[in-house]
Amino acid sequence: MAENGTNGTNGQGYVGTRTIRPDGIDKVTGRARFGADYNLPGQLIGRVLRSPHPHARIVKIDTSKAEALPGVKAVITRDDFGDQPSEFIPAGEMMMNYKDVVRNVMAREKALYEGHAVAAVAATSAAIARRALKLIDVTYEVLPHVIDVVEAMRPDAPLLHDDLFTVGVEPKPDKPSNIAKRIEITLGDIEAGFAKADVIVEREFKTAPVHQGYIEPHAALATVSEDGSTELWCTTQGHYIVRAHCARLLGLDIGKVRVTATEIGGGFGGKTVVYLEPLAIALSRKAKRPVKMVMSREEVFKSSGPTSGATVRVKMGATKDGRFVAGFAELKYQAGAFQGSPVQPGVMCAYAPYDMENVKVIGYDVVSNRPKVAAYRAPGAPISEFAVESVVDEIAKKLGLDPIELRLMNAAHEGTKAAYGPKFGPIGLEETLNAVKKTEHWNTPLRKWQGRGLASGFWFNIGGETSASLTVNEDGTVSLMAGTPDIGGLRASLAMVAADELGIPYDKVRPIIGDTGSLGFNFLTGGSRSAFSGSMAIVEAAKQIKTELCARAAKLWDAKPDQVEFSGGSVRPLGALAEKVKPMSIADFAKMAGKTGGPIGGYGRINAQGAGPSLGTHLVDLEVDPETGRVTILRYTVAQDAGRAIHPAYVEGQFQGGAVQGIGWALNEEYIYGSDGKLQNAGFLDYRMPVASDVPMIDAILVEVANPKHPYGVRGVGETPIIPPLGAIANAMEQATGIRFTELPMSPPKVLKALKEREATSKV
Amino acid sequence: MAKHHIEATVNGDAVEFLCETEDTLLDVLRDTLNMTGSKEGCASGDCGACSVTLDGRLVCSCLVLGCEVGGRSIETIEGMAKGETLHPIQQRFLEHAALQCGICTPGFLVASKALLEKNPNPTETEIRYWLAGNLCRCTGYDKIVSAVKDAAVTMRKG
Amino acid sequence: MRYEAPETLEGAVALLAGATGEARVLAGGTDLLVQMRADVVDPALIVDIKKIAETRTVTEEKGGWRIGAAVTGAELKEHARLKKVWPGVVEAANLIGSTQVQGRATLGGNLCNGSPAADSVPALIAAGAVATLAGPQGRRDLPVEDVMLGPRKLALGKGEIVVSFLLPPRPPRSSDAYLRFIPRTEMDIAVVGAGVSVTVDEAGTISAARVSLGAVAARVLLVAEAAAAIIGSRLDRAAQDRLEAAARAACRPIDDKRGTIEFRIEVAGVLARRAALIALDRARTN
Repeated sequence: MAENGTNGTNGQGYVGTRTIRPDGIDKVTGRARFGADYNLPGQLIGRVLRSPHPHARIVKIDTSKAEALPGVKAVITRDDFGDQPSEFIPAGEMMMNYKDVVRNVMAREKALYEGHAVAAVAATSAAIARRALKLIDVTYEVLPHVIDVVEAMRPDAPLLHDDLFTVGVEPKPDKPSNIAKRIEITLGDIEAGFAKADVIVEREFKTAPVHQGYIEPHAALATVSEDGSTELWCTTQGHYIVRAHCARLLGLDIGKVRVTATEIGGGFGGKTVVYLEPLAIALSRKAKRPVKMVMSREEVFKSSGPTSGATVRVKMGATKDGRFVAGFAELKYQAGAFQGSPVQPGVMCAYAPYDMENVKVIGYDVVSNRPKVAAYRAPGAPISEFAVESVVDEIAKKLGLDPIELRLMNAAHEGTKAAYGPKFGPIGLEETLNAVKKTEHWNTPLRKWQGRGLASGFWFNIGGETSASLTVNEDGTVSLMAGTPDIGGLRASLAMVAADELGIPYDKVRPIIGDTGSLGFNFLTGGSRSAFSGSMAIVEAAKQIKTELCARAAKLWDAKPDQVEFSGGSVRPLGALAEKVKPMSIADFAKMAGKTGGPIGGYGRINAQGAGPSLGTHLVDLEVDPETGRVTILRYTVAQDAGRAIHPAYVEGQFQGGAVQGIGWALNEEYIYGSDGKLQNAGFLDYRMPVASDVPMIDAILVEVANPKHPYGVRGVGETPIIPPLGAIANAMEQATGIRFTELPMSPPKVLKALKEREATSKV
Repeated sequence: MAKHHIEATVNGDAVEFLCETEDTLLDVLRDTLNMTGSKEGCASGDCGACSVTLDGRLVCSCLVLGCEVGGRSIETIEGMAKGETLHPIQQRFLEHAALQCGICTPGFLVASKALLEKNPNPTETEIRYWLAGNLCRCTGYDKIVSAVKDAAVTMRKG
Repeated sequence: MRYEAPETLEGAVALLAGATGEARVLAGGTDLLVQMRADVVDPALIVDIKKIAETRTVTEEKGGWRIGAAVTGAELKEHARLKKVWPGVVEAANLIGSTQVQGRATLGGNLCNGSPAADSVPALIAAGAVATLAGPQGRRDLPVEDVMLGPRKLALGKGEIVVSFLLPPRPPRSSDAYLRFIPRTEMDIAVVGAGVSVTVDEAGTISAARVSLGAVAARVLLVAEAAAAIIGSRLDRAAQDRLEAAARAACRPIDDKRGTIEFRIEVAGVLARRAALIALDRARTN
């Protein structure tokens, strides 16, 4: 286990304990303010007119009647946004293009999905705004639409963009298509690998788009003053990103836009992009009043990005003693209306849990008439790893090998070269497999129609640009400012690290998330980076404070630098000096800050490197009702490598939350489209996320294989947990029913149909 | 159509407000009474984030009209703590880390309080089924169930 | 949008009969408010019937039970004696939605919303419940199976309201059960619903039965053939098979986002059988 950063105290630190989060009281009393809880005097209510067609040319938009309605103060359309030249930039762990962003925020030439924003109004009340939308006259030329990814790849499919030419194929195509990109990673020689195999399994899998399902809809409140200074409150995972996008789309100086991230009611990647924010600002600029906009639940489903649906083909070869000798996969991911599905991370992670010499993974990024996909917790990886883990399980069965032993035999470890490039440092997959092996869960017998399934998962995690500050107040308390929105425990974790670094009590550190005007750039909360990077920035800031205080002490005591050191919350005199002067605490310095050089603080500004992958293994028991196809999850265990858990309870919470999202994805969640291209289940009634009675307690096993590149050994943990459930549940289903399900979700009608078909064929 | 003039009790305090017929109790609480602790997650009664009690009965405030509550007594999340003292359920939620983003938390607290006042010693299954109308996307429900069970113990001790 | 909360039945009837635009009755509001928010309905008049005492009471009547149309599922659950006599009706009402929804949802609203997937309706039909209506022409009684004619189509005239339901007197050794199929454990609309009521004679043979299926046709079905399949039997395997077959034969379901035709037909048989077994077990121990 890694040592504490530079604490130097030999005793309990806060890191690794279960403190009460400092923002907790506001959250349990309803005082905490989320996106829709903000209001400004004189504000207008903004609402969006959305395309009812999945694919249509927008011939004309007549807003005159809406503008004339009393109470309407502004109406905007594509005419209020300048076009953007093509430029790709990172968006979370995916890429996006500004030319697409401006079109997704407000349709230009075409409406490309049902729910695509076509116009927006700001009015003195929600009722007037709704009426105004009905008065906007849009002339559409309805076009044929395409929904499914394989359909969209056909040469005769309806074309979404006549300027989209497939990148990554030779020769370069001269006709546009819906295939935006083809990518490929290769390691070794795949054909030679298959030639060595004693057993080869090839399967095709299909998954449906699923939504992040955050309970809080998107919300934004904007106010623009006469000189273009803009203030924006929004629920987001990255307020600096929002600032950049809005400034770009609206032609504003970044410095003139100040964004406050409100408390956020869930994101999971879905709030790393902009939807309402540029609209609210544009409306406010036009109306010269604050504008508040909140999405309805239906709008969230229809108009914000779910993750891709996909078709995946996997072919794996192994020797009879269980060595994986070849791994091939072809991933076809649907990106929604604009390019940028998470096929790249899907390709990267497909075989990453395993130490293999021969790997080839191909990926296609395909557009179709659905909402533009947004990141969803380890974007792309759950899909590809579901497919691979299913095939691994089949190999285990064919070879008569235990699924844990088979994975241990092939597990990636320190020194493994991944197919996507890097050589791994220390990682904890084997530890998680061994931890699961030791559980009572693994060793409990099952009954008929019950099945047990296992799967592992890998996510690379990221670091990135981070700014955070520590300020010592006059009474010795410390104000901590971080710049990545807190989606569930970050403030507690950073305060614990600060307390340990400075050797002061935890409740003397008060953390807040600063607005964009208060700190340097921060990349967004995503990529499992906020605790990892934030704590590194805090360590840096604390170091600056400690160095500064030592310098001040040396001056006060007329001592040399090597005669003072900081430990246990104070600057201490060393050697002979200790007989002459007493230690001085941070609080002591705080009282005399002005006299000794001025305010005391530290500012960590880093581009955090060295994010370590987090690997996990999940184990699930389930029971199938053979007469109805209904699946009940009986028991669930998660073991995952956290490197070092700053706050174990919130790390466990990530494991449990991700597992339950995966359960929903595996069993019941999917976007259901009619043949008219319209979404049929745009609400929580028929988009079926797990409820409390659907799942058991989730046993969480914290494995800690320290990340040597982090002062505390921390690895990001937030994303990996959603990856293994899909494969684990499919594998458990196979054990329970004898049927290999390759299509998600494994909902009751599908399960029952498969059971009945098997019954019919076995009777023949 | 003139607005309705309604007098009711919220968290023990007399309130009066004006509302349109189509305004829900949730709209009134949030937009007229400025009590934003109850949240809108869906406006269709499927997520429980707007949970309140109406004359002691657990309901979704998005499924009650503002003009229906004349003379009635409403309890919201804002009334759960007594002065500086958190309700045991609130305290246990903090201790068990039963919240991550916190958006569903007010709804869960109101619903859990209603459960424990009716059934002071619920089994895990009873807790899960009672709370099935409260969606949480962050926690996977595990620590919520633990917190409610623990709060039940505290409340039984008096 | 006008909102009225009359305190008398005559007042409510007069308002509805005299309405010039779209008018809706408000009981629990768990369907109406959702439809208003989704812009499916935009009533000019809402008539809240909850102040009418007759719609809010549960009383014994001539050996049976009269349940007001605006009594909530939660209140039914708290009625110990009713629950003992009609466990199927009470459990059906308490499967609607969530705890929060059950705090408001009513039998009257569940029926008059006109969805063939309504949870309480198969249980009421299996129970032989009769709805009492009040309208401009006075009162009349209608068996529940005759109230819902199709999706959103009711046999009510303009100005007519469902006031209450009468559950008939229970012979000894009788009980009922309601089961539904949903993909999750709670919160879903029934993909298939089955309500079964049975009476058993001293020898343990089923002497009377009613079987009702929901969500498998344009209206909630009373399946006489399914009841005939088990009357005179002890619900042995052969009787169960007959019951399943009769239930399946009665289905005329649709494919929709909640289930396929073949799934609904298959599961209808399964649920009818399982509900009958539960009802029988309850009847024997009653």
